[in-house]
Amino acid sequence: MFSLAHITQIIHDWLYSSFDPTLALIIECAIVILVAIGIFAVLGLVLVLMERKVAAHIQIRLGPNRVGPGGMFQTVADTLKLIMKEGLTPDQADKFLFNLAPFLVMIVAMLLLAPIAFAKGVQIWDINIGVLYISAVSSLSVIGILMAGWASNNKYSLLGAMRSGAQIVSYELSAGFSILTIVVLTGSLRLSDIIASQENGWWIFKGHIPVIIAFILFIIAATAETNRAPFDLAEAESELTAGFHTEYSGMRFALFFLAEYINIFIVCAIGATLFLGGWMPLHIGGWEGFNHLMDYIPSSFWFTGKTFFLIFLIMWFRWTFPRLRVDQLLNLEWKYLLPISLVNLLLVTVIAILGWHF
Amino acid sequence: MFLKEYISDVYKGVKSLLTGMKKTGYYFVHPSEIITQQYPENRHDLNLPERFRGEVVMSHDENNEHACTGCTACELACPNGTIKIITKFDITPEGKKKKAIDTFIYHLELCTMCNLCVQACPTDAIKMSQKFEHSVYDRSRLTKKLNQPGSKIREGVE
Repeated sequence: MFSLAHITQIIHDWLYSSFDPTLALIIECAIVILVAIGIFAVLGLVLVLMERKVAAHIQIRLGPNRVGPGGMFQTVADTLKLIMKEGLTPDQADKFLFNLAPFLVMIVAMLLLAPIAFAKGVQIWDINIGVLYISAVSSLSVIGILMAGWASNNKYSLLGAMRSGAQIVSYELSAGFSILTIVVLTGSLRLSDIIASQENGWWIFKGHIPVIIAFILFIIAATAETNRAPFDLAEAESELTAGFHTEYSGMRFALFFLAEYINIFIVCAIGATLFLGGWMPLHIGGWEGFNHLMDYIPSSFWFTGKTFFLIFLIMWFRWTFPRLRVDQLLNLEWKYLLPISLVNLLLVTVIAILGWHF
Repeated sequence: MFLKEYISDVYKGVKSLLTGMKKTGYYFVHPSEIITQQYPENRHDLNLPERFRGEVVMSHDENNEHACTGCTACELACPNGTIKIITKFDITPEGKKKKAIDTFIYHLELCTMCNLCVQACPTDAIKMSQKFEHSVYDRSRLTKKLNQPGSKIREGVE
């Protein structure tokens, strides 16, 4: 049967038998870095194309359909164009911060890739505080955005960056609370433990209505944290031209663009891991035959399927809802999402203590 | 009381969002609703909407007769001077002089397809056609004469 864990084990064994342990470790690190960069590039291309196609079909259009069969190579052509373009730096800009910001945003996105389990046994770093690590590192990306906005020496960029700061600081709370509901139910911060706890059913089915509410809150907060419509105040084309990346062009703009899509993938992967069981196939407690049948579908397929389902959901939001105003944005978080998630966390705690979940 | 309002707010908000998502979701799973025209390929079977406006034309019937009385209502209605009407005087069989058009000049390069001339016309002599492939190599070719050579006003149109 196809299994990613098997392939990685073969490579691991071969490296350790051919080289001395230190060299083998270094080679493994290099392979992981290359694979991560490869995943980034492929995801960027696929997600941008997917977004454009989904947007087109929702708006009763066809979308890109000229480059390659069905427009498949549109994003490849776009990337080529962006690479060849000149990367301008404004005259009065803070050159060092201006050039550093896109790389910082990318590095944050790369760091978040570490604790995600892509398939059974395929995880770069199974850290025992995985969930805490994710929520801590994901809030770092706002520093890159603030840096870009400040260094551009442009009022639109600065306004966009400040909005993004206010937004991420607010929505971090309800995202944290909705993640905590799963931590309370599982009793562990380690992502592999959380996945293992969903062997007899995903949390969204096992945890009754409170977990469903937590899932909805997480999706809203994740959309806000990735600065996507209806929460795209940081860019807000009609108000701020392009927000924090107004002054960026060429490859540095492409890095921001790529980081946005990678962040979507990462939050959706985390959502899939916490609520939909990560790579765990659809298991129903007690149905042995059904569970065995589901095990025949490789775990990597389950993971990508769930993640892309969530990505589609977020894209669906983007192309349906209008953008919120700043005061509406803060109202939504502080008056609605935060109180609801606090009460919800209490409910989940009661459920977990009394053992009412399946 | 406050709590009741709060909950009904949340309920209404979620409901209105779901209504929007239902509509867009319907469009997503029904590709037959797509209205995009793949233009150069389907040039011969274009499916243009009824209200699409390509250029102003004057309709002539099989006897090469039109309904334009030369009243210049369209010329006055045009916001950017697209239409210029040159009139002449015909002699009627009774020997009276009667105003008629000599040339209906239409500057396509100035036209914004606003439809005001068509609305102003009292005799429905001009209308909007759906032809839109207007590109030419010389700008002077965009100045058109709408009444066909030898045409005259239809009997009974005043």
